[in-house]
Amino acid sequence: MSVFVWIEQFNGTPVSLSWEVLGKARQLADARGTTVAAIVLGQGVEEIARQAIGYGADTVYLADDATLASFRLDPYAAVLKRLIEEHQPAILLWGGTSRGRELAAAVSADLGLGVAAECLDLRLDDEGNLVATRPIYTGNILTDVVFRRRPQMATVRARAFPMPEADASRSGEVIAIPAVLREEEIPVKVVGFEQAGTGEVSVAEANIIVSGGRGVKGPEGFQPIRELAAVLGAAVGASRAAVDAGWIPYKHQVGQTGKQVRPDLYIACGISGAIQHLAGMRTSKVIVAINKDPEAPIFQVADYGIVEDLFKVVPALTEVLKERLAR
Amino acid sequence: MHAIVCLKQVPDTAELPKVEPADVMQGTLKVTRVVNPWDEYAIEEALRLKEAHGGKVTALTLGPAEATEALRAAVAMGSDEAVLLSDPAFGDGDAWTIGYTLAQAIRQIGQYDLVLCGKETVDGNSGLTAATTARYLSIPLLTCVIKIREVDFTAHTITVERLVEEGLEVVSAPLPAVVAVIKGINEPRYPSFRGIRTAARMAIPVWGMGDIAGLEADKASEAAAAVRWTNIRKPPARAAQCEIIEADTVEEQARILADRLLAAKVI
Repeated sequence: MSVFVWIEQFNGTPVSLSWEVLGKARQLADARGTTVAAIVLGQGVEEIARQAIGYGADTVYLADDATLASFRLDPYAAVLKRLIEEHQPAILLWGGTSRGRELAAAVSADLGLGVAAECLDLRLDDEGNLVATRPIYTGNILTDVVFRRRPQMATVRARAFPMPEADASRSGEVIAIPAVLREEEIPVKVVGFEQAGTGEVSVAEANIIVSGGRGVKGPEGFQPIRELAAVLGAAVGASRAAVDAGWIPYKHQVGQTGKQVRPDLYIACGISGAIQHLAGMRTSKVIVAINKDPEAPIFQVADYGIVEDLFKVVPALTEVLKERLAR
Repeated sequence: MHAIVCLKQVPDTAELPKVEPADVMQGTLKVTRVVNPWDEYAIEEALRLKEAHGGKVTALTLGPAEATEALRAAVAMGSDEAVLLSDPAFGDGDAWTIGYTLAQAIRQIGQYDLVLCGKETVDGNSGLTAATTARYLSIPLLTCVIKIREVDFTAHTITVERLVEEGLEVVSAPLPAVVAVIKGINEPRYPSFRGIRTAARMAIPVWGMGDIAGLEADKASEAAAAVRWTNIRKPPARAAQCEIIEADTVEEQARILADRLLAAKVI
């Protein structure tokens, strides 16, 4: 009755959230006195299987096949379903990415299981059952989720758990397993891909986010924000107002209809702090608000505030940090 | 072309902070209810497909009697038909009982090309129901859809752009399919005056458990739920006391802020 983890990869590169989840799985398995198995699906991904052992897996089930090269729900779900039926894990964890959420949901429906989505914490009760904590009502309420059937499954939000240290000396077993569906049985075809801007940090995974709102006044107003983000190695975020005005693409939006984020540092520039925005970033470790309006609600959740024009403060902060961080 | 839009009535997002744990437990939220914002994109996309290809749009929801209002909102925007699934016997379902029930209802509605829905709801936030519905219907699922590139209702194919973490993925699938859309796919329209009048007059059918052919009550009811919520609570309040950094010059303010952030070890 071990703990299983799906290790996600894209184009042969593992998704770092998978290692965060694997680190937590290791903890839970140690508490239960059981083992961790990682599941790696893809093509030419043996190296990821070896890395999974370093990050804490005892066993890796590796399905390496052309039909699994790009993520597609049907062939992936078919392999997962067979593995679950064969091995009956107690717990199965997934990174809460677009693919992880979809795959976990589909597998749960196929097998009549439950899944707790977007979890912020996981623990075991006295009987060794999984208790998953997740936000509902867009972060305004927390609930624990308990399960009626096994495996007990959860998808985990990025940065909910720390990145584990890899240990190259760990040993484990890689077990090759076959794909289940043949190409002609798979209805969905991936016909193209456009990479996101290179070198761009995504808001979901960022340690630091510098965000702009209505106060940036236009698309060019994001330039000083990008410069500060570059110095900090941060992602660029935005409020709904800035996205709806067409100043910056939707993928940057933080908040209720954008991404829910919890970076170490969130710098809100010219963002008033509508509750829909606060819902998306309120759990950040440290929040800085830069806004001309001292009455802006953003100051109520901020740790540090500067009541001043962002076009003066942001470039000044960029200059200071360039010196301090020697970048 | 027949598009079925699955939608949910949820609390108005501006009132979410008013939601109390006790209200969630008892299912008695004291809030204004609206169409889930993500679902408005699904309604809009269905209407655009109808305008481009002809055909009709059916709005479908599961909920209490009041959820009719969400369906009327979809009709006011331009949906042609609406069905409310409502029965005390459904109880407090989850993504599996609701996905199963929606799938059975969709089968009963009959011939359809697309099932459209939003990415997730602002109350449950799990984003599971599109997937469970698709699996119970045994049809392809396309999530994170930010653009429908091509759809051919004669050849029964669809090509969409999906916004995933690494970029835009272009995917083709046969129809019918479940398409879960995200913000950015369109700008939902406001209801027209005529639409509001039509919606107000429309007699919206209500299907209970017994009205859905082939529905197995033990799969659709709360008793079949796969998960249970417990220890429902407010998240810990932010302890933050905002320190307003003041100084004679902006440069000095920036220096003080940098000191604070370095001391907090967040940069």
